[in-house]
Amino acid sequence: MTSLDQLKPHMRGIITDLHVGQELGRRMAGLGLRPGNTIEVIRLAPLKGPMQVRIGHTDLMLRRNEAAQIGIRLAP
Amino acid sequence: MKRIALLGMPNTGKSTFFNRLTGAGARIGNWPGITVDLLSAKILLGDAMVEVVDLPGIYNLHGFSEDELVVRRFLESQPVNLLVVVLNATQLDRQLALPLQLKTLGLPMVLLLNMADEANKLGVRVDAERLAQALGAPVCTLSAKFGSGFEPARQVLVEQLHRHPKLQLADKAAFGQDDSIEQELTALVSQSVSAPVQLPASVTDRIDHFMLHPWFGLPLFFALMFLAFQVIYSLGTPLQDGLDWLLGSFKDAWLLPAAQGLPPDVRSFLIEGLYDGLGTVLTFLPIIIVFFLVMAVVEDSGYLSRAAFLMDALMHRLGLDGRAFVMQLMGFGCNVPAILGTRVMRASGLRRLSMLTIPFSLCSARLQVFLFFISAIFAPSIAPLVLFSLYLMSFGLALLTALIWRRRYTSREPLLLELPPYRLPTPRFLLLEAWRHARQFLRAAGGFIVIGVVLVWFLTHYPFDAAPASAETLAGRLAALAAPVLAPIGLDSLLSIALIFGFVAKEIVIGALAVIYGLGGNELANLLAAKLDWVQAYSFMLFTLIYTPCLATLSTIRQESKSWGFTLLSTAWPLSLAWLVSFLFYQGARSLGF
Ligand SMILES: Nc1nc2c(ncn2[C@@H]2O[C@H](COP(=O)(O)OP(=O)(O)O)[C@@H](O)[C@H]2O)c(=O)[nH]1
Repeated sequence: MTSLDQLKPHMRGIITDLHVGQELGRRMAGLGLRPGNTIEVIRLAPLKGPMQVRIGHTDLMLRRNEAAQIGIRLAP
Repeated sequence: MKRIALLGMPNTGKSTFFNRLTGAGARIGNWPGITVDLLSAKILLGDAMVEVVDLPGIYNLHGFSEDELVVRRFLESQPVNLLVVVLNATQLDRQLALPLQLKTLGLPMVLLLNMADEANKLGVRVDAERLAQALGAPVCTLSAKFGSGFEPARQVLVEQLHRHPKLQLADKAAFGQDDSIEQELTALVSQSVSAPVQLPASVTDRIDHFMLHPWFGLPLFFALMFLAFQVIYSLGTPLQDGLDWLLGSFKDAWLLPAAQGLPPDVRSFLIEGLYDGLGTVLTFLPIIIVFFLVMAVVEDSGYLSRAAFLMDALMHRLGLDGRAFVMQLMGFGCNVPAILGTRVMRASGLRRLSMLTIPFSLCSARLQVFLFFISAIFAPSIAPLVLFSLYLMSFGLALLTALIWRRRYTSREPLLLELPPYRLPTPRFLLLEAWRHARQFLRAAGGFIVIGVVLVWFLTHYPFDAAPASAETLAGRLAALAAPVLAPIGLDSLLSIALIFGFVAKEIVIGALAVIYGLGGNELANLLAAKLDWVQAYSFMLFTLIYTPCLATLSTIRQESKSWGFTLLSTAWPLSLAWLVSFLFYQGARSLGF
């Protein structure tokens, strides 16, 4: 168990839980960030900027402090 | 009248489909109880007149963002014959959540699986029949952008309208419940969608490898921007010169001889007022079109969200975010839609801070003024650099403004943004964009620019016995009032008149100058070159860049912020900053001996 912000580029994991409010949780779910989905980190922006992640065919950017709220089980 | 409501998640191609379905006749309409304007169009579908309403993109029927509230309020209050739901066929794994939620409304529904072209390339296969059965709605596959599958989809809409001739309200109970649809979604996706597990490295990935590179990303971004301005400049200016030559020849060959017999005042009004004023503004039409074409390519390509990715780290430290930066870029076209674009921000502090910075974006109206001054006063070899320096200035001041005001407008808003694959716009889309902006420009030229030009003519010619634009005219007196403030930044009285009118709309500035000096096009440029040195000209441009948002932008800020206090700040802050920057530049350059 870890959180999304700990993942390095090209690492994959499965979302286990979202520690966010209901409103943000809904928006995340709409974009595919929901428990059970596999997520891959594509790249990190420099200067502690946002991270690019991929869920299915959707690429997203989100900041690392939001990523820290997303629980991940590392994929084998 | 029948009614179709168009729904979907953001970025699914909803607008593309709407435009293809309705042609160019869309209107912005007011709906009872709904504060934002919705786009709608009345069209003939089969044998019935149908009103098609384009609802904002939403992620969730039960969410609480402004857009989600708007959609819910619309569906609660307006009966419809048909819900048309646009989905991105490559992303059904998450997008099918929306039709699952909509199903509970009990309204007739049609599903459009858009971007079939991309789904094919990716090897995504959809069992449309399975999907139709599960959702109780016909399913069509199409590509709204390229048109394949569009006709059959249209036919399905006609059939469904026949089948459901009565307007129907959504089942109210459905809005209250927010059932968990996760299991249903997972089941539906695994039954009806199959996608290859291992994605091949896409073109987008390969491009992003460079575009989003940790070190080269930002330099590449600025290089691309510079390239874009070079393209605009080198394509646009010859066209502008050509149009100017045409207008001048027409004046010499036809207009002047034809106006021979008229009384001098009338002749001066018609030729030095209307014709020179409007003509000089009109010469910018080609460059404006080129400009918006380049913008359209950038916008449609998906690069803007990459810009947000690259700039977010910096913008975050300034109290803004990557989207605010993108709005800044959109503001290069026109500040008004950029201000409207801040609606995607939910935290009001973030939104206001963005609204405060957007008017510093060097919009296309200001671009006209700068192009005219730069080509009149600077050598062609350094002209693009001078222009680029103004763009940098525009960025710099926006950043400075954010830095100064961020404590007043703090916010903590999460940033979640899709990075779509790179796409190339179709020629059809570009033509439509060019046409749309040309029409807007011509309408402005026919409307408030005419009024502005006529007013300037009157001010610079009344009383009629005084020499035009001299100190005795109304304009002269107005300028005398402004002189104590504007003289220290190097602006003479006639330039200040043009600035006063530029407050209404920056499009008027050049037309006003033409009327003030009674000269159009090239002759005006030559006169300016003789009267002004580069320090004065640059100071004038700096002031024009910064001084106040135009009236249209201010009224949009007022409407969106719902606060007069904030609107006042949005006027006063840039005005003070403009004076300060021009003063420092002008006095600094003079004291250095320039
Ligand atoms: N490849 C492809 N791109 C499309 C299609 N339809 C729309 N697009 C592109 O998808 C992007 C988003 O489209 P838009 O209509 O603005 O989406 P909206 O946010 O849902 O209104 C634009 O770049 C369109 O050019 C399609 O059928 N195929």
